Amino acid sequence: MKYLDEYRDPGLARVLLDRLHRVATRPWSLMEVCGGQTHTIVRQGIDELLPAGIRMIHGPGCPVCVTPLETLDRAMAIAARPGTVFTSFGDMLRVPGSHTDLLALRARGCDVRVVYSPMDAVVLAQQNPDRQVVFLAVGFETTAPANAMAVLRAAGLGLANFSLLVSHVLVPPAMTALLGSPDCRVQAFLAAGHVCAVMGWTEYEPLAERHRVPIVVTGFEPLDLLEGILMAVTQLEQGRHEVENQYARAVRRDGNTAAQDAIRRVFRIADHAWRGVGTIPASGLVLAPEYAAFDAERRFDVGNLTAREHAECIAGAILTGTREPTDCIAYGRTCTPRNPLGAPMVSSEGTCAAYYSAGRTKPAAVPGIVP
Amino acid sequence: MSTADLLSGACPAPRRETERVLLGHGSGGRLSAELIADVLVPALGAAAVAGPLEDAAVVTAAGADLALSTDAYVVTPLFFPGGDIGRLAVHGTVNDLAMRAAMPLALCVAYVIEEGFPLEDLRRVAASVGEAARDAGVRVVTGDTKVVNRGAADGLFVVSTGLGRRLPGTAPSAAGAAPGDAVLLSGAIGSHGVTVLSTREGLGFEADVSSDTRPLHRLVEAMVQAGGEGVHALRDPTRGGLASAVNEIARASATGVEIDEPALPVPDAVRAACEMLGLDVAHVANEGCLVAFVAPDCEAQVLAAMRDCPEGRDAVRIGRVVDEEPGRVWMRTGVGSRRVLDMLVGEQLPRIC
Repeated sequence: MKYLDEYRDPGLARVLLDRLHRVATRPWSLMEVCGGQTHTIVRQGIDELLPAGIRMIHGPGCPVCVTPLETLDRAMAIAARPGTVFTSFGDMLRVPGSHTDLLALRARGCDVRVVYSPMDAVVLAQQNPDRQVVFLAVGFETTAPANAMAVLRAAGLGLANFSLLVSHVLVPPAMTALLGSPDCRVQAFLAAGHVCAVMGWTEYEPLAERHRVPIVVTGFEPLDLLEGILMAVTQLEQGRHEVENQYARAVRRDGNTAAQDAIRRVFRIADHAWRGVGTIPASGLVLAPEYAAFDAERRFDVGNLTAREHAECIAGAILTGTREPTDCIAYGRTCTPRNPLGAPMVSSEGTCAAYYSAGRTKPAAVPGIVP
Repeated sequence: MSTADLLSGACPAPRRETERVLLGHGSGGRLSAELIADVLVPALGAAAVAGPLEDAAVVTAAGADLALSTDAYVVTPLFFPGGDIGRLAVHGTVNDLAMRAAMPLALCVAYVIEEGFPLEDLRRVAASVGEAARDAGVRVVTGDTKVVNRGAADGLFVVSTGLGRRLPGTAPSAAGAAPGDAVLLSGAIGSHGVTVLSTREGLGFEADVSSDTRPLHRLVEAMVQAGGEGVHALRDPTRGGLASAVNEIARASATGVEIDEPALPVPDAVRAACEMLGLDVAHVANEGCLVAFVAPDCEAQVLAAMRDCPEGRDAVRIGRVVDEEPGRVWMRTGVGSRRVLDMLVGEQLPRIC
């Protein structure tokens, strides 16, 4: 298929790997920021093909994983209110809150629906004027423009029954926080290509300069990742620390300025709590004062929620790359995609779920088979 | 039930919902398997049969090996490009019989109809059942009709039960795969699931793709004529997709399986939809293809016989049964690495980005 097969060609992958093996003379630790990249790396087994010293650390870029437990509990409290249509992208439905998840609420009769675009939720609000339609707006800079457009559309239509429960996060502040941590082992970043398609890469230039860290804007197909890794390792070997663009077919330096304008109109930057990581200054988006009427958190008083993470879950260490899923005592035993204890096991982009579905278990028995 | 009950008291630690049926329990993946193994089969007690779960049961009566299978059809929407619930009800049951190398002798069809359902739609579905049965060469010998209150069903449900006679000299079973067997796939995967999802949700892919629903018993007959007892296991990868079908056979046979990902035939429109929605095509449902585990000494003959049938024109070898890690299915990826191909856990949910 055009635009896919070219980036999955085994022969070209072999060429890139050969070059990488020639270029790499020392061990290096690279972080791919985005969960979509983690998914490709683990699904295609790319990290297992790399030279022995090249280690991929899986970053905090899974929006499902970093959504705070309090936000999930709030989502479920709102979804359980009579007269509510609660809408979300599919993979948020399975994420466990403190007590339940949205799929289980749906099984108990709550109106929880998967939508494929926030605009679908706006249409639902038009079609159901006597009900409150809430959209769970999570994600990075990638999903923010569409969510902003949904608010602008709802405002234009004068819809009083549409709102967003917002948990939007921004990538550069998280990278800054990681680089500032004393535990940080990341020597180069593969920046998330789709985030940069929206935002461009000017934000990363001071980061690369200040922390002397190479940053390569990278796509999501196997050859994109191999080329991004090769570019980052080449910089490290040559002692350079620049922002380079591997994903040139989708990303320009200035990004998509119309999308950025939509984000700026509807949202304001605020401090944000990342699940497993903690609060990072100026790392999230909230609705701007003129659109506060569309804020589900204000519209629905569900009381003060405090949530406690499962004691065994080491999601924070996973999300910051200081531990591997297989280091966790719960991984593959009490914590599985069927029964996730923490968010990285829920979304297929979560590091733990990606490891698990690729069979990266400590050898465990297959159900129903006696070894 | 109050909001507070929904969120807290009704569901103490462990916090997961365990006492309600979820949609994921009907996905054909691991949740479905758990429901059958933990709730439905134990309740049968001495009335249960031992052995692996099969698409159809084989019972011996009056000296003949008869196969019996039943299936309920609840698809939404009822009509979709390439088929409708009536065609599915015939093909699905004929195919379940065929997976035990049984040719259909008779079908029973029951309709559960919601009050207010348009008679015109019922006529269309009934005509489809008739056409599909005539095409498959099987008679519908009895049936049932029930009408339920508005809201008690989603328009129309159809249940079909089939009786078949097994072809002599064969006994394919989910437990029959052996190390060295070739894994053969009769044609492209993913079309049915993507068509139904796209039509239901209005995603726009349905213009380029249609359901592959069709009867497979003639294909099986040709395979058995070519391979005889060398046809070890057959399964049509319906709900849960190819991944669930191959995992079920790997587990029932206690063998490992290695699948070659680049060999999987996937239509471009299906690939595009799966890429955009973040779905794994190996988990997407099919209604018109089968996966076969065939002894190496008759692999070439069986593959040639498949390709001589219209239903198997695009048949390919997609993998091999291996003598390691019983119950585990591995996928050899395009870039040369290996990963586990697992069953779908619950519902297939599109990814955020």
